[in-house]
Amino acid sequence: MDLVFVIIVEMLYAVASLVLISAGLAIVFGMMKVINLAHGEFMMMGGYVTITAVTLGANIFLAMLVIAPVVVGLIGLVVERLVIRHLYGRLVDTMLATWGLSLFFIGLVTMIFGNTTTGISTPISGFTVGNYQVNGYNFFIILVAIVLLGLMFAVLKGTRLGLIARGAMQLPDMAAALGYSPERIYMATFFCGSALSGLAGAILAPLVGLVPTSGGAYIAKAFITVIAGGPSLIAGLMASSGLFGFISQIFTFAVSPVMGEVALLVAAVVLLRLLPQGVTGKFFKGRV
Amino acid sequence: MATFWTKEVPATILVAALLIWIMPMIVGTFTLTVLVIYGMLGFSLGLIWGFGGILCFGQAAFFGLGAYTYAIAAINIGDSTIPMLLAILVPAAFAALLGAMMFYGRLTDVYLGVITLVVTLILFKFISSTAGPEYVIGKARLGGFNGIPGFQTLNVPGRPNDYIYGDPYFYFCAILLIIVYLLVSWLLKSSFGRVAIGIRENEVRVALMGYDVSARKTVLFSIGAAIAGLAGALFANWGEIVTPNLFSLGQSAEIIIWCIVGGLGTRIGPIVGAAGLAYLKFLLGQQSMIDNTLLTGIILVLFVLFLPKGLVPAIGSLWKVSFGRRRRFPRHGVRRLRGRSVGHG
Repeated sequence: MDLVFVIIVEMLYAVASLVLISAGLAIVFGMMKVINLAHGEFMMMGGYVTITAVTLGANIFLAMLVIAPVVVGLIGLVVERLVIRHLYGRLVDTMLATWGLSLFFIGLVTMIFGNTTTGISTPISGFTVGNYQVNGYNFFIILVAIVLLGLMFAVLKGTRLGLIARGAMQLPDMAAALGYSPERIYMATFFCGSALSGLAGAILAPLVGLVPTSGGAYIAKAFITVIAGGPSLIAGLMASSGLFGFISQIFTFAVSPVMGEVALLVAAVVLLRLLPQGVTGKFFKGRV
Repeated sequence: MATFWTKEVPATILVAALLIWIMPMIVGTFTLTVLVIYGMLGFSLGLIWGFGGILCFGQAAFFGLGAYTYAIAAINIGDSTIPMLLAILVPAAFAALLGAMMFYGRLTDVYLGVITLVVTLILFKFISSTAGPEYVIGKARLGGFNGIPGFQTLNVPGRPNDYIYGDPYFYFCAILLIIVYLLVSWLLKSSFGRVAIGIRENEVRVALMGYDVSARKTVLFSIGAAIAGLAGALFANWGEIVTPNLFSLGQSAEIIIWCIVGGLGTRIGPIVGAAGLAYLKFLLGQQSMIDNTLLTGIILVLFVLFLPKGLVPAIGSLWKVSFGRRRRFPRHGVRRLRGRSVGHG
């Protein structure tokens, strides 16, 4: 019974962390069709901002939930103005340019912080269930993922801003004719996407030893989850995170963590072969 | 086709021979060897991306696979001839399977990129986790992160104690690169190559003409992988160790950068881009003021923004603008030149 509880928590945690890792990329790719390969580095920078803020004396939750997203969002804003806005509509070129940016950020962070592992301890202590130790921080991650999905849904579906954003993504010319500048909407969307990446990096930072190349560990997973999710933003994110988190945890428990990762990747290849438009290209059509 | 044998082949051999003669006076042959090998690796992606329109994010997978195949086979066999052949065949077969899966599923651009990227990651993760003694192929332990050291390096066929290393090894690699270059040039001039370029330009149209697009793409993909595998085997011989880093994302990224900087859709571009950037990296590695990765990133971003066609086409068009008017039939000449540089050159 205890084991079942632990496994369920671990599965929810795996799904939640996939949601967190992919949310920023989902906004940027799902809405703007820009594949941001520097996404992992945005997360890495979110982690570094958190650690720096905490060592400077800020409250850890303030650092994770406010400071990191804002700082990384601003970095994203600069990147959008300088590089990405010249490349809208050129899928492969944006991919290459953001790959260049990711290398640039890795180099920059290495120069500033050095090529060493840094980290902070988790702010929530663990507890025991029967014979097993459960990390209390996992619940925090699950909670944040749920709140995040809820907020995204509410903003996109419920508010006027979300409506304008979705409209501009579908028909930029029509949005411009109605008096909304697509340029500024893209800018704001990229800011939100980067901020979400920063948030995810900040929240996951206490769980990993942070090195400048940490981003590489996230980008592939995020990329796969978003592409496999397909055109619907939130439904796709939930469906693919759920599926991949479930599969990787089954193999992690049954064989080993490495096989869990490999199983996730194999599942992604099979899924893309069967449903090249992603899960929501076939099911849940037309949802947000 | 006639001008190919009478003009292009002799010209290529002449230029290459000159370079092979002059370059060792400027750069040491040990460094030159790896530049040649990287040139071959860049060339392999330049073929499938520039002429086939297949953006493969996992060219490093074939490179690493070639290197590992060579190392494992060399330990088991003890002579280098068969391992060299295997290092070409195994990646080619692997790519044929992978390519068939992707191209018969009609996957295109982004999805292709994701799948090749993921396959590279799977290989990287798997090979990195093989540190335990239970992962053995024949007499070779896979060794996880530490890789496989101490395998038989290249020797004269049939005489395992006559090693080829140092200067002769450089000449061996350079001549192999020329042979591969000429073979690929010939392939691109043949009807297979012309159809491949047609597929790059307009896949639906070629399919409607009755060509089997999926099969042709698979074959081209597999040829690219074979060249990458050969480069991998040569690299294994040069470094005398193979590690999982050969499969890493950074390696894949670098190959793509070489092609972009050198120029896609040209044969010489990716080779120049690879050798040039690898040498730049080597020079930058000798100073510690500015981080190497940072500069690589800046170079890629700047090229995508300002010179998306790459160096070789840019220099080519500059050349045409400055000297093109001297031709007797300017319009005809320019059109032919354009056709050549875009189509086959």
